[in-house]
Amino acid sequence: MSTTTTPEKITGATIRFAGDSGDGMQLSGTQLTNTSALAGNDVATFPDFPAEIRAPRGTRAGVSGFQVQIAAEDIFTPGDQLDTLVVMNPAALVTNIGDLKTGGTLIVNEDSFQAKDLRLAKLDENPLDGVGLDEYRVIKIKMTLLTRTAVEELGLSAKIADRCKNFFAMGFVYWLYNRDLQPTLDFIQSKFGGMPDIAEANEKSLKAGFNYGETTEAAISTYQVGQATLPKGRYRNIMGNQALAIGCIAAAKLSDRDLFLGSYPITPASDILHELSKHKEHGVRTFQAEDEIAAICSVIGAAFAGHMGITASSGPGIALKGEAMGLGMILELPMLIINVQRGGPSTGLPTKTEQSDLYQAMYGRNGESPLPVVAPQSPSDCFATAIDAWRIAVTFMCPVIILSDGYIANGAEPWKIPTFDSLEKIEITHPAPREDDDPEFLPYSRDENLARPWALPGTKGLEHRIGGLEKAAETGDVSYDPDNHQAMCELRQEKVDRIADFIPPLEVCGPEKGDLLVLSWGGTYGACRTAVTRAQSAGTSVAHAQLRFLNPFPSNLEEVLNNYDKVLIPELNLGQLKALIQAKYLVECIGLNKVKGRPFAIVEIEQRIAELTR
Amino acid sequence: MSIDLPVLKPADFGSDQDVRWCPGCGDYSILAQMKKTLAKIGDPRENTVFISGIGCSSRFPYYMNTYGLHSIHGRAPAFATGLKVCRPDLKVWVITGDGDALSIGGNHLMHAIRRNVDINIILFNNRIYGLTKGQYSPTSETGKITKSSPVGSIDNPLTPLSLAMGCGASFVARSIDVNIKHLGQTLLRASAHKGTSFVEVYQNCNIFNDGVWKYATDRESKTDNLIELEHGKPLIFGKDRDKGIRLNSMTPEVVELGKGISEDDLLFHDEKSTEPSLAFLLSRLRQPEFPEAIGVFRDIAMPVYDEGVNQQVDQAQEANPDSTLDELFNSGTCWDVE
Ligand code: SF4
Repeated sequence: MSTTTTPEKITGATIRFAGDSGDGMQLSGTQLTNTSALAGNDVATFPDFPAEIRAPRGTRAGVSGFQVQIAAEDIFTPGDQLDTLVVMNPAALVTNIGDLKTGGTLIVNEDSFQAKDLRLAKLDENPLDGVGLDEYRVIKIKMTLLTRTAVEELGLSAKIADRCKNFFAMGFVYWLYNRDLQPTLDFIQSKFGGMPDIAEANEKSLKAGFNYGETTEAAISTYQVGQATLPKGRYRNIMGNQALAIGCIAAAKLSDRDLFLGSYPITPASDILHELSKHKEHGVRTFQAEDEIAAICSVIGAAFAGHMGITASSGPGIALKGEAMGLGMILELPMLIINVQRGGPSTGLPTKTEQSDLYQAMYGRNGESPLPVVAPQSPSDCFATAIDAWRIAVTFMCPVIILSDGYIANGAEPWKIPTFDSLEKIEITHPAPREDDDPEFLPYSRDENLARPWALPGTKGLEHRIGGLEKAAETGDVSYDPDNHQAMCELRQEKVDRIADFIPPLEVCGPEKGDLLVLSWGGTYGACRTAVTRAQSAGTSVAHAQLRFLNPFPSNLEEVLNNYDKVLIPELNLGQLKALIQAKYLVECIGLNKVKGRPFAIVEIEQRIAELTR
Repeated sequence: MSIDLPVLKPADFGSDQDVRWCPGCGDYSILAQMKKTLAKIGDPRENTVFISGIGCSSRFPYYMNTYGLHSIHGRAPAFATGLKVCRPDLKVWVITGDGDALSIGGNHLMHAIRRNVDINIILFNNRIYGLTKGQYSPTSETGKITKSSPVGSIDNPLTPLSLAMGCGASFVARSIDVNIKHLGQTLLRASAHKGTSFVEVYQNCNIFNDGVWKYATDRESKTDNLIELEHGKPLIFGKDRDKGIRLNSMTPEVVELGKGISEDDLLFHDEKSTEPSLAFLLSRLRQPEFPEAIGVFRDIAMPVYDEGVNQQVDQAQEANPDSTLDELFNSGTCWDVE
């Protein structure tokens, strides 16, 4: 039997898999994402998982989710409200149902709504009974039973058989959205090929889920999301941390040096360490340090040695690195310091996203210690951000901070793959060896960018000492001279300020002048751009600008701010960029601030735009 | 054709900076021996890097005409690790003190040693905080009266060599600032060793802790209070070389030679032993019960961290000689949009 109804053509859908941490929801979501990208959709993802690796089974704390928006048009976010929600247990249902659209499809594993499951989810009544779910299209499936039956002939234990039920759920969703099974079948072979029983069980479960849709739900309509019109080229899906890692490898090659990563595991930055440790063939050396401090100190050692040194961490780790970051600043050596921000303060919300480390990046060190700050806007943009940041670091001889966040780091989207040759090279020069009667070498002399020479150990005649004590201009000798200290502090500030002329001016999307400017930075880009585009098509006088460079600001920022009656700054913090801008330009800005560990929904920004332009 | 390399003299390793240690400080002697040692080693100046933390001893790099990095408190081993992993061609020395290495920097010291990074760590032990003007340090004796312990410190002191041994150090030695010949030899041995060389130097701080090593430096008493370790030789000490260390089960004891006890009954020093227990036991010999040992406690071959890191990179490059960035960019599932 096969489906006779033709699928309904839609422009896009937002789908979330939610279940227990051990239910394989991340895998299901990732497979649906990849399959959809291969089918030509634009995709954007939002994985959301608990901080505990295996929180108590069946509890609300242990719910793990993966959301993906698949679309026939260019999209910038993983979607606000869900069209389809798959829940594997009662805890997943109660914690996720609020995000499902009225009329949306709810797919439930009915088997896991026993008394014990309800108790674990702290529910007195079964939410599947009664009228609570009437506004949704509910499809109850005995997934556990059906999966066990599908794999019965393999003679696996019930425990192993039950592990396949995420493939059953996927199969059903694939049927609902008319997805090709082949990419996932290929994945199963490559991932589980070494364990033929497991591979076969997963395959059978996937097909069983798909066939179950075809045979039992033939009456309901299925969907087809058409191909998106992305610019011509070759694409792959990429996650933010992966793109940062690959971007750093590219930056190293573009500047003709080896990459050194000193890092200490921390959520949500560890994937950068994992990714880079796989690429030794590109000359990447990774050092898993004993702590965050050792990580950055090793990077400074690598920078002194002439390598491209980078460290990756998150807010709590960056706090520990503060003293060494100040040293990197006063040594004036190039390096990248990546902060994949998470919910703070303190340990905060390790697996949730936030943008609350902007002050830390700007001011989190003792003394006058300015550092350039760059923020990527989306997962694939991390690639270019790494290269931009390194170009600044070596041009101006200073550490550069990259402020990513958990949402960008773990989210995925299609990346238009560049060819290596199309990327602009990064030129670095080192002073040449010197003979005894050559002029004196001055390690703190300056070029036109106020950068000092990067003299490498091993170079004859350039022996010099650097350190954290204040240095005399030019010679770099230790100096406690009051006028010298004033001059050096001003010089280091001036050097960072001058980067404003090196970076591109701020671009505005929308009218050059108007009622409202929405100014965003980092991962809020997608929601802001989408909200502004929608408001524009409804006739609102609103523009959007994305600040990629947060220190220094682009040279035209003040002018741009003054072109609009009002400025709205949505941020996942309590108004940090807003405060920086107001202090610097004395322009009153309006904040839209959220610290719930979750990204903005487009509609939240749309609503605020509507209120402000009414 | 042979190229005549200029022969460097000790003075060639001194920088043009004024040395600012207090007159009479033990650091001067160590600096002088280091310059002599480097002249003996004969490497070009540009291939040597000194890295230090914070404290009196950590000013050391400024006084050497080599490359140098005066870093932050306690972290020198971490800087050295990054540098050495990237540039195994350089000779890297870490200069540290008892506060720098054992208090704020204990973690980094421990991990550099257990990784066996090819660096030489020289710990100037003066049993006091000098640069902050005289507080007790992790090696100060219990009961020490200082500005921060007016009625005596309560802390038990650390024995740096025992700590190093516990971390699995491949080279462990001890010397004394004023024992210049011995110090020079020890630095030379440390430099020759592949892997982390850990050297404790008894250093006198004549301003805040004068005479703390008097028992080990006084002409009168030192022969009775020190035992000089020599590989393969029995542990004999004393002005008349008439005393020795014997092992009674696992407990060391001081015995007098003669009266039925011969050299063969004594403990023999084996710096090459892969089993560290005896070397550890020697590090526990402390005054006043025992003479304290100086010399090389341990010198064994062990895999070296920076070599291992670079080997993995070399192997990956040999296995994938043609790997390109385009390949990396295009890894995983890709698709074309026409
Ligand atoms: S305070 Fe002590 S250790 Fe420091 S320089 Fe003076 S004498 Fe030497």
